[in-house]
Amino acid sequence: MLVITALAVVRTRSLFAVVTLSGVFSLLSALLFVTLDAVDVAFTEAAVGAGISTVLMLGTLALTSRSERSEKKTQIVPLLTVVVAGAAMVYGTLDMPNFGSPDAPAQTHVGPEYFERIPKEIDVPNAVTAILASYRGFDTLGETAVVFTAGIGVLMLMSGLGRRRKEDEDDPDQEGGST
Amino acid sequence: MRHHLILRVITKLLVGTIFLFALYVQFHGDYSPGGGFQAGVIMAVGFIIYGIVFTLEKVKAVFPPWLVHKVVALGVLIYAGTGIYSLFYGYGYLDYAAIDPHHPVHGQHLGILIVELGVGVTVTGVMVAVYYAFAARAPSLSDEDW
Amino acid sequence: MFEEMTVEFILGHLNYWFFILLMMTGLYVVIAKGNLVKKIVGLNIFQTSVFMLYISTGKVEGGTAPIFPMDMKIDPEMIYSNPLPHVLILTAIVVGIATTSLGLALIIRIREEYHTIEEHEIAEQETKISLAELNGDQLISGGNS
Repeated sequence: MLVITALAVVRTRSLFAVVTLSGVFSLLSALLFVTLDAVDVAFTEAAVGAGISTVLMLGTLALTSRSERSEKKTQIVPLLTVVVAGAAMVYGTLDMPNFGSPDAPAQTHVGPEYFERIPKEIDVPNAVTAILASYRGFDTLGETAVVFTAGIGVLMLMSGLGRRRKEDEDDPDQEGGST
Repeated sequence: MRHHLILRVITKLLVGTIFLFALYVQFHGDYSPGGGFQAGVIMAVGFIIYGIVFTLEKVKAVFPPWLVHKVVALGVLIYAGTGIYSLFYGYGYLDYAAIDPHHPVHGQHLGILIVELGVGVTVTGVMVAVYYAFAARAPSLSDEDW
Repeated sequence: MFEEMTVEFILGHLNYWFFILLMMTGLYVVIAKGNLVKKIVGLNIFQTSVFMLYISTGKVEGGTAPIFPMDMKIDPEMIYSNPLPHVLILTAIVVGIATTSLGLALIIRIREEYHTIEEHEIAEQETKISLAELNGDQLISGGNS
């Protein structure tokens, strides 16, 4: 179903439909995360992907155009690139452990150690929260800083210019002369 | 959206529930799925839905933009401040044992709670700020477009 | 290599291949489509499929979500999935939406400057502007000599 939705995104020309489909895609992937035992991630994906990002994209569409212009140029080169890259990745997965196998390298190193240490050191039932905030506190601080920076960036792009526009209108010969 | 009576009533009911749920997710993140990131997003959704159904001016009256900008920075400050606090008490940066030296596990609990609060506050602030920035430019949709 | 290709192997790797298929779909949208909003959607698909790849490495057969009982009495028989990928992806999703909003803001600004969000139209306008600037420079230098 995820694949069908993704392919529909490729084919659809109406941007409104594309944005809605991307919301559907997010919800479906949240379902997938639940089946993969990642309830925290599913929660986030459902709230972020289906909620906020759809709203923001619709806001963008309201400010821009609603449909994509048709393109006539051939698209063999991108397709070829994608196929080659995909084939390389599939070749890479041949060495990976089977899905869900308990003796995979990802399962044998830090994972069990966390399970041993969390009850003793942190005593928080949700292991994801414990690792997020305590063992990987520096990472999370960095992520928070990234979110902060992105927010500042958006504000500078969007609201800062509005102010400059207004100044332009006040004295048109200062900026208007150069353009 | 002045004519959509049902939408307006339902939204009024929903917004309170959404905020309550966000706070639950925020402070119950230790025990069940959830935490600062999710709670921040849900909280922001509450403001955004209010802004969509009612007008942007109304939601700006509730949560003014200058406050949003302060809140964005406040979250990162809370997080980084926790680290600096533990530095002052002779522990490593972000070592939550410093909060309650006699009972390190308890300190960890509190530390996680505070840090998650910082994350949640920042995420809420950023999402609401981004929404304000986008919505302030959008030409308000007339009812005929729906 | 190919003698290992048993049914078990294929079933065990099928999920990775699906994620790669999704990833490549997203990549194709990013490369081939000229519309900037669509590129962002493609980027989101790519991103989400990477998340799926990570999460699927954390899954343990017969495991459950990594949340302990409230009283912290952990049954040693119980298998939990690896929480580390969950943590990484959790933060990555939120960072992803932050960067997406930055991209959308950029698109809006581009639209305001160029009045289009199609890549080739922007390129055309850019060529026109740079050609005009080139001609202008030649005119000025011609006038001086």
